[in-house]
Amino acid sequence: MNMCPDHIVHYMHEYLDGDISREHEQELKTHLESCSSCQQQMHELGKVTAFVQSASHISAPSGFAEGVIARLPKETSRVGMKRWFHGHPILTAAALFMILMSASLFASFNDDQQFSFTKQPNIVVEGEKVIVPAGETVKGDIVVKNGDIQIDGEVDGNVTIINGTLMASTANVTGNIEEINQVFDWLWYKMKAGAKEVASFLDGKEEK
Amino acid sequence: MDALINKRIKEVLKGDQNAFAEIVELFQDKLYRVCYRMLGNKHEAEDIAQEAFVRAFINIHTFDTNRKFSTWLYRIGTNLCIDRIRKKKPDYFLDAEVAGAEGLNMYSQIASPDELPEEEVLKMEMQDRVQYEISRLPDKYRAVIVLKYMEDLPLQEISDILEMPLGTVKTRIHRGREALRKQLSNM
Repeated sequence: MNMCPDHIVHYMHEYLDGDISREHEQELKTHLESCSSCQQQMHELGKVTAFVQSASHISAPSGFAEGVIARLPKETSRVGMKRWFHGHPILTAAALFMILMSASLFASFNDDQQFSFTKQPNIVVEGEKVIVPAGETVKGDIVVKNGDIQIDGEVDGNVTIINGTLMASTANVTGNIEEINQVFDWLWYKMKAGAKEVASFLDGKEEK
Repeated sequence: MDALINKRIKEVLKGDQNAFAEIVELFQDKLYRVCYRMLGNKHEAEDIAQEAFVRAFINIHTFDTNRKFSTWLYRIGTNLCIDRIRKKKPDYFLDAEVAGAEGLNMYSQIASPDELPEEEVLKMEMQDRVQYEISRLPDKYRAVIVLKYMEDLPLQEISDILEMPLGTVKTRIHRGREALRKQLSNM
């Protein structure tokens, strides 16, 4: 339809974009002066721009923001927790550790409802009761779980009673006597036992 | 402005929904306008613009505060609009990208499904006419023309929003202008 070089149209767009170089603008102007069809096209393109820009500036309908807020996912538990976990990785790890640890401790406290005791020679068992007979000496510690202990003789070590009682006796014990009946005592005992193990492990190493 | 936005974003990250409401108030007109121009329907525009804000809220932790928030928001909005347009007209423009062709050629050969008879168009109010002509543009030209001429955004920002090279943005603006010129040649 028109025989004008393609780059002239390109220059027109550069001009409309506002990033035409001085030389291109000069060439475009010279060409437009001599070519009516290009002049027409340039004029139309300019009209297009003005036409589109004449669109009125509309605003969002009223209640728009409220609509957005209503559509937001509930901030409560899930998202909030997730975000909190993202923000506090160390606390999250610590909390997770505590949950798992306490779960296993509680479980072991509740599962261990069976009567058990440290096997030592020269002790007598009657039902759920451990007896250190009179005149006998037990060398070493005794732990009794879910049962009672009656000490008529001597114990050369510690006595620990979990979920049970120390029957009144002469109780000749060289070490400590400990009664554990509650979950928190149990926890404390577990922790101490752990610490002792670590300590004895370290001592053992040093001795070597 | 940017400092204020970033402050609000930090509050949103801490879980404060009210801070997000403030962000919505600041940008709702811009985003709604773009959606309306792209989609040509007020209900759809409201729906999509709100959806864009919801997505912005959900993904706010991925926003890089060194960048411009409006660019990021526009990107979410225009992507949703383009998705919506494509769903409405399944494979309409698939053939338009003929290699080496002007791009307009295919378009101008296929009549738009909602094309109106010329006498109807001439009776239109000016504002409706603008919207009508915009809606006749292929979506890829529509986005750049709306952002350039209705939102007055610099070309570089349009290139950031649409995630395409500056050269492509320019080409699309040129083709969009040509398409409009042909559409309007009867004015």
